[in-house]
Amino acid sequence: MNIQISNASGEPIYSQIVGRVRGAILSGELAPGTMLPSIRQLAKDLQISVITTKRAYEELEKEGLIDSVVGKGSFVSGANEAFIREQRLRAMETKLLEAIKEGKSLGLSLEEVIGHIRLLDQEGESEG
Amino acid sequence: MNAIEVRGLVKKYSSFALGSLDLNVRQGYVTGLVGPNGAGKSTLIKLLMGLSAAGAGEIRIFGEQMPEQEAGIKARIGFVSEENTLYEHLSIDAMRSIYAPFYKRWDAQTFRDCLNRFELSPRSRIRSLSKGMKMKLSLAFALSGGAELLIMDEPTAGLDPVFRREMLEILSGLMLDENRTILFSTHITTDLDRIADYIVFLDRGTVVFNESKEDLFDRYALIKGDKKWLDRDVRQAFVGIRETGTGFEGLARDRGEAIRMFGDGAIIETPTLEDIMYFTVRGERHRAESRA
Repeated sequence: MNIQISNASGEPIYSQIVGRVRGAILSGELAPGTMLPSIRQLAKDLQISVITTKRAYEELEKEGLIDSVVGKGSFVSGANEAFIREQRLRAMETKLLEAIKEGKSLGLSLEEVIGHIRLLDQEGESEG
Repeated sequence: MNAIEVRGLVKKYSSFALGSLDLNVRQGYVTGLVGPNGAGKSTLIKLLMGLSAAGAGEIRIFGEQMPEQEAGIKARIGFVSEENTLYEHLSIDAMRSIYAPFYKRWDAQTFRDCLNRFELSPRSRIRSLSKGMKMKLSLAFALSGGAELLIMDEPTAGLDPVFRREMLEILSGLMLDENRTILFSTHITTDLDRIADYIVFLDRGTVVFNESKEDLFDRYALIKGDKKWLDRDVRQAFVGIRETGTGFEGLARDRGEAIRMFGDGAIIETPTLEDIMYFTVRGERHRAESRA
């Protein structure tokens, strides 16, 4: 797994790790059951404190994205496919809401916005 | 679990007093000991290592009493000091033949690996080594003795950034072993910004705080803004403030409170350890002056 952290972004390092791992899980890059690097290994690789990586993993556990088994390590949760689908649906909805808002500010009706979506979909299919 | 426990420790010199000091250093983590020059960092380390006798108080290392059980304790400690503790006139190999018998768990292979990795030749005279190489050699001795606890007094002082990075790489590699503990004094706080788990901040012989770095960075906020906001109430929220012709910069005690107070009216940043150290010392000096 690729994780890059920035010291300049102002976002706490633990939250950068959470964001990166969450993204990889939600996009399917990390499949259920995949083993994550140990807390201490990740701390060494990123040259950050053990407590920082511990905090990131605890956060991911709380979100139900990973499971930690004492003595074995941390794994991408297998029991969360419905949850992941839910998360991805929500992400899609956020983007749609944005599109609707933008459409309304342009004076388009909801029907017209939907029309645009259909059109884009057809274009996408003829291209693909 | 604590690797080191200090209770009521006091040491008095004619011009300086340390303590009374209470301190825990947690096993399995990197603890950074920071503070301005003369804060008592080296004094504390000397007391921990039994190189100087305390006036009062108790030191326990691995749960055992110092100095009563000093020999047993020290065989489990690797000490790396800014002051060279090796014999200058000897070769590295001759030094090893004196040093190794003191350590039951001396590992000759680890020592050879360290010398290779640090590009040191066993035949070199210690006197001929640069400051950085001597520091690497001290570290090689400490690691080969099978140290569970590394106590390092200013290990990166006077060293170039390339070597400091290498040192941090080595230290973070050591922490793969969760039984290992590192206590690391430094005034170069950027070394600790990343790898330290806990920060002990000493000033004028007392512990200002001993906290996880995560908590510190969560709690404090660095605020930059217009001086017109600085009324008496607002000033109370700061640990220390620096005012200039162009505005102010200050360390706020509580990030949440600062955000409520300033909202978009000021720049709110995560402070570095250096910011925390600077404003804390500045604030204390300021309060001491206004009391006087």
